[in-house]
Amino acid sequence: MKKILRLDQLTTKLSRRAMLGGAATAAVAIVQTAQGKTVQESVSITELLPDDPTKKVGTLAGEVGTRSSFEKVVKKPSDISSRSPLQDFYGIITPSDLHFERHHAGVPVIDPTKHELLIHGLVDKPLVFTVADLKRFPSVSRIAFLECSGNFRTGKETMSPQDICGLTSQSEWTGVKLSTLFREVGVKPSASWFLAEGGDAAVMTRSIPVKKGWDDAIIAYAQNGEALRPEQGYPVRLFLPGWEGNTSVKWLRRIELGDAPWHTREETSKYTESIKGGKIRQFSFDIDARSIITFPAYPKTVERGWIEIRGLAWSGRGKVARVEVSTDAGKSWQLATLQDPILDKAHTAFRYLWNWNGAETEIMSRVTDETGYIQPTFAQLIEARGPDGGYHFNPIAAWQIKSDGRVLNRPER
Amino acid sequence: MTFWVNFLPDSPDEARKDDGLYTQKPVVVGDTLPAAFGFGRTATQAEIARLDIDVRPDGKGLPAGEGKPAIGKVIFAQKCAACHGVGGVGGPNGSLVTTNDPAKKRPDKTIGNYWPYATTVFDYIRRAMPFSEPGSLTNEEVYNLTAYLLHANGIIDEKAVINAQTLPKVTMPAQTLFVPDDRKGGPEIK
Repeated sequence: MKKILRLDQLTTKLSRRAMLGGAATAAVAIVQTAQGKTVQESVSITELLPDDPTKKVGTLAGEVGTRSSFEKVVKKPSDISSRSPLQDFYGIITPSDLHFERHHAGVPVIDPTKHELLIHGLVDKPLVFTVADLKRFPSVSRIAFLECSGNFRTGKETMSPQDICGLTSQSEWTGVKLSTLFREVGVKPSASWFLAEGGDAAVMTRSIPVKKGWDDAIIAYAQNGEALRPEQGYPVRLFLPGWEGNTSVKWLRRIELGDAPWHTREETSKYTESIKGGKIRQFSFDIDARSIITFPAYPKTVERGWIEIRGLAWSGRGKVARVEVSTDAGKSWQLATLQDPILDKAHTAFRYLWNWNGAETEIMSRVTDETGYIQPTFAQLIEARGPDGGYHFNPIAAWQIKSDGRVLNRPER
Repeated sequence: MTFWVNFLPDSPDEARKDDGLYTQKPVVVGDTLPAAFGFGRTATQAEIARLDIDVRPDGKGLPAGEGKPAIGKVIFAQKCAACHGVGGVGGPNGSLVTTNDPAKKRPDKTIGNYWPYATTVFDYIRRAMPFSEPGSLTNEEVYNLTAYLLHANGIIDEKAVINAQTLPKVTMPAQTLFVPDDRKGGPEIK
């Protein structure tokens, strides 16, 4: 019998009504024939979508699972980044192929059998580790978010959570603690900073305080149960929990221990923000606490009656302590329910049941983290930093609920 | 991590026969980490030198060679102006040279008004530019381009020679603007 291995190209959205006649080509698929040959051929709607799935044997077990053809969940790419579809997610783990991307000279192809990590500088023994070497060390796993510090957009009503702050994602990261490698090379007490360098065409570098390396830095080689995705630094990356994404250098090839920061391009001319008095803030590592309602949100629409408001909250400084939701444009706030697990430096899901009476209003969420930091409004951030905006902008995001059920972003300024 | 033997005796009689299986303390693996695992190999000085291309503000890491603005100007026109504009102004990938264009509400962030250290110009050009041919420039070309961009921004004289000794001594206009992050969590919005 013929076995459909993979659908390559759907001719149109799979709808029986749109496919009157049934014999039309519904998709191009990779098919294994009864003789065991693998061929590409067109598949009819009847083969793909029978009237009654209980009356036709389905696709047999395969090597790699696929997303349902009925689901269309995609990142939104620009020239330099690609944003996660936060509004389409359930729970707290970002599917690896939908993790946001940000890189400075494209995604390199790196042969893991040739890739090495050099650690040198203020150390007793400069060492080179292959990827296989790194996997021999004691391993560690943790679930944590990764967010680009340049993760705020506004200005239009027709913006989704993906548009506003899609440069955040969450995975279970597995690797070796950097402290284990620091011990192996014998980091000298005089070392106060280290340089992390990527093996991409940007050969991207960041200076990191050595303390973070001893605290909780991970040299990660796996993400959500499998090897890192190339877009996430395959075969090895630095992962710094709670810190701005750019510091978690991907395709990591070198770590140098030193006694001062290097002031690389990415920590001077980029990833710094204007603050009051004409000053520029540098080495802003921590991600401030933030939340966003991901449902209801543009482009979805709602109906009068019970609505479960859902969203994500996180902090680079620890756990989410509470999330409050307002359904009256910020006049009053109610506690949302937090979904376990509530992890350190991790996206945490919240929900709030709301009975909408059909009247026009605005809904929004704000998070408080365990340090007592309360997510600010856009106006509070401008008041604190001056008018330039820039990196580390984490304002409360409000959704306008129109009386016809449309949900629109409320643009700031 | 803690490992327990995870079963209990079925009866009091069996419990009396306990040989320490149930009462012994859990072993904490973290306490038994060796000083070193012996994985990886020693890096040679040659391979460190091949990869160690970074440059610090104090000049550590700068190679031999030198550059002059006039020579850098020619290289810039050939290899950089398509992305960064003629004379380093405009262009699809951003201005590098400060202008005082009154039509602009906010001036572009450039080397002249936003970069705190001149050494970063050398380091970044050498490691990542030109975008379409990264890592293709010689040290001499990088010195020349660095000299040109510093001169175009009005920071050094057109006759200045930029090398490992002179580059760290260049004071950038923006250097005094930079302050380290002092956010500490808690209720304050900064």
